[in-house]
Amino acid sequence: MSARFPLELRQIFVRRRGKTVIGPLDLALGAHGITIILGPNGSGKTTLLRVMHGIERINGGAVQWAQDDPAQHAFVFQSPVVLRRTVAQNLAYPLTLVNAPNERVTTAVQDWLARIGLSNKAELSATRLSGGERQKLAIARALIRKPDVLFLDEPCANLDGHATREIETILREAAAAGTRLVMATHDMGQARRLAQDLVFMLNGKIHETGTAASIFDTPKTSELAAFLKGDIVV
Amino acid sequence: MIDILDGLKSAFWLVISFDVELWEISLRSLRVTLTALVIASLIAIPLGTFLAVQRFRYRRFVISFINALMGLPPVVIGLLVYILLSRSGPFGVLNLLFTPAAMIIAQVIIITPVIASIAHQAMRELWAEYHDLLISLNTTKWQRIKTLICDGRRNLLTAALAGFGRAIGEVGAIMIVGGNIDHVTRVLTTAIALETGKGDFALALGLGFVLIGIAILVNLAIHTLSRTEREGRW
Repeated sequence: MSARFPLELRQIFVRRRGKTVIGPLDLALGAHGITIILGPNGSGKTTLLRVMHGIERINGGAVQWAQDDPAQHAFVFQSPVVLRRTVAQNLAYPLTLVNAPNERVTTAVQDWLARIGLSNKAELSATRLSGGERQKLAIARALIRKPDVLFLDEPCANLDGHATREIETILREAAAAGTRLVMATHDMGQARRLAQDLVFMLNGKIHETGTAASIFDTPKTSELAAFLKGDIVV
Repeated sequence: MIDILDGLKSAFWLVISFDVELWEISLRSLRVTLTALVIASLIAIPLGTFLAVQRFRYRRFVISFINALMGLPPVVIGLLVYILLSRSGPFGVLNLLFTPAAMIIAQVIIITPVIASIAHQAMRELWAEYHDLLISLNTTKWQRIKTLICDGRRNLLTAALAGFGRAIGEVGAIMIVGGNIDHVTRVLTTAIALETGKGDFALALGLGFVLIGIAILVNLAIHTLSRTEREGRW
């Protein structure tokens, strides 16, 4: 495995109830940047992300990390899961799991509360937040341990433009700070705004990969060209 | 109707006259029940949570078995504890029969399945909500159980209060293992049974109203102390 890749998937496939959900597929991710996984609903984007993060059982192939430390990659789900605790306690949670010193926890929580604009809601129950606020909280909670890689499964689905913009700003800042982002979306506009690399999935397989510029300007396959035009691709 | 009114009057006078015997019996009832509740909760809550997060071969059987134990007749449990603690029984050397300790043992056996079953149901729902997040954060089994108990404490409180209700109103088992000895093992329920047997319905009803009052007060006190209804916070 090449040292410049933090993650490599080889001949991965996932089957559920006798049906192949994804695979066989190969993919190698570089150490930096933002990779967007594009594809229609049911193409296997979420499953691929879950396989990479290690929370989906695979039926074949290998997932190889350059440095295998599960604490160094985090995941943000499409429907944000918030703990039934205050906003501040939600943010502190990943740090308390690794017994971080109280001082470090307090500083990190205050810092992230300010960055996501929830300082005035720190002591409020997280379940009382709006959808956009919950997703910001979930992203901040995932980033608070400064992971090397952050996987995001359509984090802006069902959010309004304002919340989407705020989340994209947080993600750009995280990428600039050195966190590798791998994000599934079917929002073409968001893909254009954020992507440095693109992976196009169709029917559980990786159909095309490349830099954002090459994919958007000169798609190699008719399916991707159709998808980029907004046609229905099955 | 007259009996009920007499009972209310009797309860009123017993309370405002600070009847020494009533206080003694009431405090013994509370001491026995609350001790049993604490012991049963320490067993049942971790057990219910463990069953929610852990998959193992005979899990369904264990859950069904615990659910079935909820329906065990207390008088049968009293009889079994009596046999175990009697002089010829395996634990006869401990001299626990006809002591409050024997009553606590019987109550623990009666209410542990109740608390474990309700706790398991509540924790199963919370686990479904938290599953992906806790797995993605690479938590240990112990951290998962701790998180669920901490965040599900409101539901667990309900489970514990259900156990309290069952224990404070219990009469058959503690009559057998406690013997209803004056100043030693007499509690409100056994005193009610005794007074009913003697035909003093007014006093029996009065004790009954005191019992109901204590149950309500304990419920209110636990809810208030645990701030379950505090707005916006968990």
